Amino acid sequence: MNNYNTEKNHILNHRLMFIIIINLLAFAVLAGRLYYLQVFEAEKYRMMSDENRISTRFLLSPRGTIYDRNGEIIAKNEQNFQAVLIAEQTPDVNETLRVFKEIISLSADEEKRILNDLKSKSRFIPIKLKENLNWDEVSKLMLNAPDMPGVEISEGLNRRYPAADLYAHVLGYVGPVSEADRSGNPLYMVPGFKIGKSGLEKYFDYKLQGKSGTVKLEVNAYGRVMKEIERDAGKQGDNLTITVDSRLQKAAYEAFGSQSGAAVVLDVRTGEILAMVSTPSFDPNLFTNGISYKHWNELLNNEKTPLINKAVSGQYSPGSTFKIVVALAALEAGIINADTRYYCAGGMEIGNIRFHCWNHYGHGSLNVVEALKYSCDIFFYETALRLGVDKIREMALKLGLGKTLSVGLDNEKSGLIPSKSWKKAKFDALWAPGDSANTGIGQGYVLVTPMQLVTMLARVVNGGYAVSPTFIKPTDKELGKIKRLDISTRNIELVKQGMFEVVNGVGGTAKKAKFNLDGIRMGGKTGTTQVRRISMKERRSGIIHDSQLPWRLRNHAWFMGFTPVDNPRYAVAVIVEHGSSGSGVAAPIASKILQEALKLDIK
Amino acid sequence: MAEFGLDGYKQSWKDKLFSMSFTYMFLIIILVIIGTVTLYSAANGDWQPWAIQHIMRFVAAFAVMLGIAVIDAKYYYKSAYIFYMVTFLLLVVVELTGHIGMGAQRWINFGVFKLQPSELMKIGIVLFLARYFSSMTLQGIKSIRGLIIPAVFTVIPVALIAAEPDLGTALMVLLTASVMLFAVGVQWWKFAAVGCALAALLPIGWNFLHEYQKNRVLTFLDPERDPLGTGYHIIQSKIAFGSGGLFGKGFLHGTQTHLNFLPEKHTDFIFTMFSEEFGLIGSLTVLFLNMLVIAIGYMFAFRIRNYFARLTIIGLNTNYFLYVFINIAMVMGVLPVVGVPLPLISYGGTVMFSIMASFGIILCMSVSYNSRED
Repeated sequence: MNNYNTEKNHILNHRLMFIIIINLLAFAVLAGRLYYLQVFEAEKYRMMSDENRISTRFLLSPRGTIYDRNGEIIAKNEQNFQAVLIAEQTPDVNETLRVFKEIISLSADEEKRILNDLKSKSRFIPIKLKENLNWDEVSKLMLNAPDMPGVEISEGLNRRYPAADLYAHVLGYVGPVSEADRSGNPLYMVPGFKIGKSGLEKYFDYKLQGKSGTVKLEVNAYGRVMKEIERDAGKQGDNLTITVDSRLQKAAYEAFGSQSGAAVVLDVRTGEILAMVSTPSFDPNLFTNGISYKHWNELLNNEKTPLINKAVSGQYSPGSTFKIVVALAALEAGIINADTRYYCAGGMEIGNIRFHCWNHYGHGSLNVVEALKYSCDIFFYETALRLGVDKIREMALKLGLGKTLSVGLDNEKSGLIPSKSWKKAKFDALWAPGDSANTGIGQGYVLVTPMQLVTMLARVVNGGYAVSPTFIKPTDKELGKIKRLDISTRNIELVKQGMFEVVNGVGGTAKKAKFNLDGIRMGGKTGTTQVRRISMKERRSGIIHDSQLPWRLRNHAWFMGFTPVDNPRYAVAVIVEHGSSGSGVAAPIASKILQEALKLDIK
Repeated sequence: MAEFGLDGYKQSWKDKLFSMSFTYMFLIIILVIIGTVTLYSAANGDWQPWAIQHIMRFVAAFAVMLGIAVIDAKYYYKSAYIFYMVTFLLLVVVELTGHIGMGAQRWINFGVFKLQPSELMKIGIVLFLARYFSSMTLQGIKSIRGLIIPAVFTVIPVALIAAEPDLGTALMVLLTASVMLFAVGVQWWKFAAVGCALAALLPIGWNFLHEYQKNRVLTFLDPERDPLGTGYHIIQSKIAFGSGGLFGKGFLHGTQTHLNFLPEKHTDFIFTMFSEEFGLIGSLTVLFLNMLVIAIGYMFAFRIRNYFARLTIIGLNTNYFLYVFINIAMVMGVLPVVGVPLPLISYGGTVMFSIMASFGIILCMSVSYNSRED
């Protein structure tokens, strides 16, 4: 039976046409989809493809070097050799590790971390075995390289502070980026990237960092680098030269011995900070790779607070050093003059309260120069009561007290110069005559930092020029812009004479600290400030001598000095926390520092 | 042999060979060359391990195709049921050993080669249905009773293949059979009824799917569901297509594939790889070549008169069409990833031999029944 012309075949033809149409439609769908993906959405997928294959990595630029004023390196980058292990390059990871351990010892913690890394990271990613290898260790590893396939030596840069403790509070330190520091800068996510965490390292961080480079790498699906596509080398960090003189810095630091305190030396003509120390200090090198818990706790729990920069963050009553401000304010206001004399009988009544001079026997009649020389309290009670707090405050602010000086260090405190409105706002109490009296001798509410005090002294002894302390050498143009304060030269000379007498006069409070280097002498002012309140009862039964008290309750000792007296160049402020006596403890330190400055012939 | 329409018409095998469509063979060779070139690129510019093997397989498979093509067509008619039964038994064997062994079992290992009975079933079901319907009256086709045997003999092997589990192949066998049923003239409403019934049973069938199969379907519906897990393949495949653009990234320069973002680049996802390197121009070319292969197949079906031969060609052609369509649709994210390779281009011996065998049968049918009686 030939069935070609049967109805079955007709139906087959009919249905076949239909099937062909379906097939054509199906192919049209595929072609349409291809067009959609490869033309319409091509741009989107091209980007996704590049995102897949291109990995951009940062090339960290070397951080800028920091020099002192003589070009001595005080912060640098040091090559850091580290041994890494690339698991895929060794047939037996455990054997390689075993050989490595025979050459370089690993602690249990380190070994645990390495095994963890081996488990969690891809086999082609280098895993850190040990860092900060010395030359000896590096050469030993290289010699034994054939026995340890997969171990490689890689070098990075570590921040290094050659002077260790000496510059901790000036330079601060760098450290790994913490969670809190992250600010959208993708660079901060790069492992091994360090930022300035405190001090000038932090303040000039941007400049010192330079510009990091980038390298675009082609990577495969497993993250392995196939080739380099593009490289931008970036720019090395700028170097920085600061005004501090390492020799003077060292002298200042060592002058403190084991005592807790701070000192700042200024060039009074420019405001350059020649030395700034805060003791005790710490080794900033410890922070570079993250400080250990033990070290951190030691620093944190030390009662002499090594982590606090007392030069700018320590606020203390200025004590008698403040009498310079009061004397100048009174002279300028015309309340007193060179010949004005007050009588000191050792004590006086203000309101219903008895105020004492530090000398219970009294100083008798004295003028302003003598009052400064003997640091008579009664003279300045009398002066302050007549002058009023507003005038004192005005002069204090003019001389740089009561507000931050913005030297670029963290936690710089503003100190405190009280006023009537301040007391009202703070204590809801009226300003009492006793408050003026207390302010007159630098006690009560007044607070200053050593940086502020030395600035005040510099502004006085340089003839009234409003210099500001700085770590960066001012340009001639900037120096030209320094304003002269509206203070008469005659009054300044009078105060300077008082400070000369303090050190050099017979019976001056700091006479033991005086020196005479080829005719060059020092002027200055002592200060001893109470940390505790002396009760009436104690006064009657005899004041307990400081040496009988626990360290924390002893008085703070101040001294601020300048030299040469005739043409002042250097000014220093020294605080010794709980040092008991300005004349006995702080003045000798200041004297040592200034003598050193004179000998050094700082350019 | 009256029912063959071949009375008094004998050809020598040489005559047969030379009357076959050279265009058809030429197109097949072109597609295999494209496959070889792509496999060369997939191995990062190396003949090893795929390209050279692909060529060698093709040469062997081409000989098999010619051998199948010159056999007298009536033997296919005669042996259709036996072939089906043998294939069916092999499927049962696979199913049983699969239960003994672990996990998915699709092979019978004969030492020199592994036989995949489900591939044979794609041809077996075609021959079976072609013979069955060629000897049936139109009334029989249009009755429900006439459909019981074809339905049963389709559903059982489909179920066995699906249980292996090989959902892609099961689906292809089922669709091929359905298209043949449609071709012979089964009424529209019957398809509609079965379609509705299946839709109703779908939620029940869902529970029989393996976890990975469920994942594939869910991923197909929303590839972003798990971009690093099951959705990864399809997302990376689309990126490869799209980033290829109009002209492609150039031979050996497909980044998605050479950097290993694309999985299975030498098997199921080979079309993606080709498209990334040769762009829309290249992919439309491959699509067009495949359309020509299918079109020529249908042309054969129109030209010859024997019902068995015509229906066989329609079935085998549909099978090839389904391969091409499902593969390309799935790598572009139009269908879920069901593991169907692109014949002639993808690397893999089983598909190469089974598809070349089916081309051999098509060629055989195209000349053996190429008689004009009127």
